[in-house]
Amino acid sequence: MRPIIELRGISKKYRLGRIGSTTIRDSVERTWNRLRGKNGAGKGARSDFWALRDLSFAVQPGETVGLIGQNGAGKSTLLKILSRITEPTAGDAYIRGRSASLLEVGTGFHPDLPGRENIYLNGAILGMRTKEIRKKFDEIVAFSEVEDFIDTPVKRYSSGMYVRLAFAVAAHLEPDILLVDEVLAVGDAAFQKKCLGKMGDVARQGRTVLFVSHSMSSIIALCQRAILLGDGKLLADGPTQEVVRDYLKSTASEEIVALDQRADRHGDGSALMSSCRVEGVESGNFVSSSSRVKFTIAYKSDRPIKHARFLITVYDYTNTGIYRFDSDAVGGIPETMPADGIVSCITGPINLTPGRCYVNLALFRGTAMADHIAQATAFDVEADEFFSSGRVPARETAICLLQHAWSTNEGVG
Amino acid sequence: MSTPSNFEIHIRPNQSWLGLDVSALWEFRDLLLLLVRRDFVARYQQTALGPAWAIVQPLVMTLVFTLVFGKFAGISTDGLPPILFYLSSLLTWNYHVQTVTLSAGTFTTNADLFRKVYFPRLIVPLSVALSNLIGLAIQAALFGTFWCYYKFFTPAGAHFGIGVTVLLFPLLLLLVAAVGVGSGLIIAASTAKYRDLQHVLPLVVQVWLYLTPVIYPLSQVPARWQWAVALNPVAPLVEMTRYLLLGHGEIHLGQFLYSVVAAICLLLLGIMSFQRTERTFIDTV
Repeated sequence: MRPIIELRGISKKYRLGRIGSTTIRDSVERTWNRLRGKNGAGKGARSDFWALRDLSFAVQPGETVGLIGQNGAGKSTLLKILSRITEPTAGDAYIRGRSASLLEVGTGFHPDLPGRENIYLNGAILGMRTKEIRKKFDEIVAFSEVEDFIDTPVKRYSSGMYVRLAFAVAAHLEPDILLVDEVLAVGDAAFQKKCLGKMGDVARQGRTVLFVSHSMSSIIALCQRAILLGDGKLLADGPTQEVVRDYLKSTASEEIVALDQRADRHGDGSALMSSCRVEGVESGNFVSSSSRVKFTIAYKSDRPIKHARFLITVYDYTNTGIYRFDSDAVGGIPETMPADGIVSCITGPINLTPGRCYVNLALFRGTAMADHIAQATAFDVEADEFFSSGRVPARETAICLLQHAWSTNEGVG
Repeated sequence: MSTPSNFEIHIRPNQSWLGLDVSALWEFRDLLLLLVRRDFVARYQQTALGPAWAIVQPLVMTLVFTLVFGKFAGISTDGLPPILFYLSSLLTWNYHVQTVTLSAGTFTTNADLFRKVYFPRLIVPLSVALSNLIGLAIQAALFGTFWCYYKFFTPAGAHFGIGVTVLLFPLLLLLVAAVGVGSGLIIAASTAKYRDLQHVLPLVVQVWLYLTPVIYPLSQVPARWQWAVALNPVAPLVEMTRYLLLGHGEIHLGQFLYSVVAAICLLLLGIMSFQRTERTFIDTV
């Protein structure tokens, strides 16, 4: 089968520096220099910036591909080229089917026009025929949940309504290829979930989706394949789980969170925690569902600490406690700790769904609380192959993961 | 859109900017109409008088012209009632100016849109030329009212008339639109590259007005200045407007043919420079 998207050596160069309009004087000067045989290119070459370099890959019909990479890696530039908003500097790309791009929702909405008219206008801008829009109109309105305001100018909409309506229009496009750039970063959690679901539907209908996101859990949920870009080059291309893991390994910061400056702490202050760090034990620096986690806490005091007790509490975003690691409960801390030192705590596999976790730290001297810092740090749990299917529930539906097996009566009796 | 499609889009640098992709424009014809509608609604949505504003402007201009050029300066109106003379000139001239000005702003006013989504960019200036027709129609109604009044209720009615040639008026408008869109696109392409030029546009329009027989008939132009007017492709078109609607005017076949050729050339040149700019415009804003 011929690939539906095919890139051959796509490169894109931007001029840095004085971006934007040239003045006539600049042009005259450049031409003058060229005529006199002066090399004006030297000056220009320095400020050239290659957003994409010799990029080649192919996407088969029906594939859902996630594009990942750090800011400036070239993801958005690539989508712009594929959606024909700008041209490549070199190379060829083939798009074999109708494509629609969602680089931003609500493009072309006119604030003075009511929701109804904007649905038609926006749909037409995205490439739909009026007939098509009319057919799907009720569906779009229902999806957007703004039925009551459909004849109100969109400038009176709340930003949430605006985004919902805009996404609803975009979601009902039926192109062969959908190019999506981070549109899910908008709206509340419930609507984001709905959007993700809709995109999943699109993918299941056998359409091709190219999806840029910084949310690894969305990428894992939607895409079977991921492409990692870095500095405009293709760094990895393969099954989503593997590429995402590579990416996270390469980017996870070795950052140690300094706690010295935190004023919002409790306790008598006779000993203070000065920094902490959270990392995955085997996986390098990032934490995924089946990682074991290592917490490292540095503390200092003016005298040695007798009967020191460290307490680490892990919370989810609803402030529900998940884990409590208490040095008194498991031991391992000597009777007397030096005035200045570092303690570590290594957990077993954390078995958590993908999402953010918050960490409270406390240090006791005997029974007296010397130091307590709420939300001292936070860490993100990334999805991994906790279950061999690679599918893990979202944080909204469950916090913990547990291995389990299903069976039927057959073969038992 | 869900029909299985077997076409292929080839994206590559330096795509030909000579070719005009008519099928792509046709594909987006619904957008064209919706943009016309948007322009119209947005322009008059929150004004008390609404579309009546399209009448006020030419009416005031006509009154000023009548006073300043007719009464004070005593410039001839070819024996026609001044109001009819100016109103008819302004019919074509206003349409021309609005089309030039709005299509010249294609890139600057739509930068946000062009940054986010692809559609054939020529749709925008085309929608400008179309939506300006609405204003023109309203003006034409005003003109018609005055025409009837002067024709049937004043003695001047004997001096002018209308023939079957009036049916050629739409063709004339097509030429005006071609000149307007063409020169607008050339300006749009140049302003995208050289921002300085946006200050030049109002000047150009101003000078252009005086080089066009809007406030004077072509017959009043002194012989040694004829060449300046002859270079202006809009001049014969405005004169022609008066000829078609009032039966007065100096029509030289040669000049008129020049206008036709110039209109086609301007349009082609405009589209070419527009498409050349459109390819990478977004990288420079």
